[in-house]
Amino acid sequence: MSFDYFEHDADIGVIGRGATLEDAFEGAAAAMFAIMVDAAQVKPLVQFAFSFAEGDVELALVTWLNRLLAEARQRDLVLGRFSLMRTDGQWQGAAWGAPWDANMERGTEVKGATLTMLRVGQIDGVWEARCVVDV
Amino acid sequence: MDMSRLQQIDACSWSVPLRAGEKRAPVLLYGSQSLLASMDDKVLEQITNVAFLPGLAGSAMTMPDAHWGYGFPIGGVAAFDPEQGGIISAGGVGFDISCGIRCLRTNLDLENITPHLEKLADALFRNIPAGVGEEGKLKLTPAQLNDVLTGGAQWAVEHGYGHAGELEYVEERGHMKGAVPGNVSEVAKKRQRGEMGTLGSGNHYLEIQVVEKIFDPDAARDFGLHQGQILISIHCGSRGLGHQIGTDYLVSLAKAAGRLGIHLPDRELACAPINSPEGQEYLGAMNAAINVALANRQILAHLTREVFDEILPQASLETLFDVSHNTCKLEKHAVDGKERLLYVHRKGATRAFGPGHPALPARYQKAGQPVIIGGSMGTGSYVLAGTKESENRAFSSASHGAGRAMSRTQALKRWQGKELIRELASKGILIRTQSMRGAAEEAPGAYKDVDEVAAATEQAGLAKRVAFLRPKACIKG
Repeated sequence: MSFDYFEHDADIGVIGRGATLEDAFEGAAAAMFAIMVDAAQVKPLVQFAFSFAEGDVELALVTWLNRLLAEARQRDLVLGRFSLMRTDGQWQGAAWGAPWDANMERGTEVKGATLTMLRVGQIDGVWEARCVVDV
Repeated sequence: MDMSRLQQIDACSWSVPLRAGEKRAPVLLYGSQSLLASMDDKVLEQITNVAFLPGLAGSAMTMPDAHWGYGFPIGGVAAFDPEQGGIISAGGVGFDISCGIRCLRTNLDLENITPHLEKLADALFRNIPAGVGEEGKLKLTPAQLNDVLTGGAQWAVEHGYGHAGELEYVEERGHMKGAVPGNVSEVAKKRQRGEMGTLGSGNHYLEIQVVEKIFDPDAARDFGLHQGQILISIHCGSRGLGHQIGTDYLVSLAKAAGRLGIHLPDRELACAPINSPEGQEYLGAMNAAINVALANRQILAHLTREVFDEILPQASLETLFDVSHNTCKLEKHAVDGKERLLYVHRKGATRAFGPGHPALPARYQKAGQPVIIGGSMGTGSYVLAGTKESENRAFSSASHGAGRAMSRTQALKRWQGKELIRELASKGILIRTQSMRGAAEEAPGAYKDVDEVAAATEQAGLAKRVAFLRPKACIKG
């Protein structure tokens, strides 16, 4: 799994890549949270899991990212590790993170994942998941 | 932007001629040739997509500060007629519902605050929760939050944040009608629990500014402004609750559009007919988020007053105006000589009612509504006044900011937060932030020339310049 960014005038484009679609989604999540905090500062102290149903893989990426944002905010956590499994249109997600602490260098808050430049697919055998996140 | 696709109407107005076989509403772009030429082609693509949506009244248009957004471009304005199958779009409002600016007018001049500026900046930074992950002291119970969702800034005043008199200078008198708390998800409500009275992050700020230049002495007098005077601007929105409503409805409206047979040129335009159950549901939730934003800025104004009371007890901070720039509102406008009730989407555009508009308080009836163009932390901002002309040209709308000229990723490559803060300090502008990354992303050089945006806004007849404000201290999220 790896992540990267792409250009957008007002916001930021996130890209996750991996050997599987799920890996790519995990990469996109890592890219998104790395906008908010240096992932190296986040210890996996707390874990939570959730599930959702979505048959459209592109909308599933947006749902996955937005669920992570919402779950993290409700629990006052910042996240650094992610896991996702899929069976047809059913998705089982998990994430690990830690409460915000004063020593963490803050980045920029992500408000939500959008449908802009939304694309999930394979390029040269590598899965790639990308969209613009609103900051 | 590919200027060959545009047809110039006058110095700062451009139309987009129809291509062969293209069936859509007209598109208008406001701005100088150089502003438009420097915009991304995506701005044109996005606003042209808006012109395909059903029930559009008049033209789809962009303001001079427009830039590439999601769904609508930032700086996009479009009005829809519910009686003509018009739609409401979550992508036309954005995630930060009712993001806007509260501008406070003080009785202080620059010489009164200069000796205290460091202390004020530090105290504001301590007292105003800012940045990702920061929570406010105010924790609301679910019942209290429901009251905020319907009460807005009025709720805040009733609970000791500010005074009732200033609500006259807040859009909707501080209270947006039509809010339906039941349409707001429990997740959205939970996200807001610790976020009332917080500034947020990104381009949000609280800034101490000095009036450096007056353009229109008569309007400035009506607004209570004079050269050398200190103002404070607070830029933020509906925080986590608004973000979650945007999230909840973006996907559900995208699906609804397909179900309801609306052809979306781009599914990020996620929308439903205003008169459909889906459209009404979003409208009720969005109105609730507007109330949260109004309450949030009311609380932040109060927290700002607490700091000034402690350091400069003689200070008086009155609300000049509070205006949102990410909304969809029901307004009466004349189109082709006929008055119609329209839902006006303004995404990164400020409502700008002209003189004599019934929604304005008596004090601004002659000058028009104060319009605030928030610039970058290193350059400056403008106070403008709405014009009667804008009613016909842009459904009474104007620019909202300088508008980004460079992406955040490019800005990060070019600037270092610490260096930038040192450089601004050497120019007499104090920055307080928890995020060096955020400071670099918000570098003044990453924005368009705010002077050009304000001048083009005036030249296009959208609003007229009243005063230029120079930043002295900025609390960044």
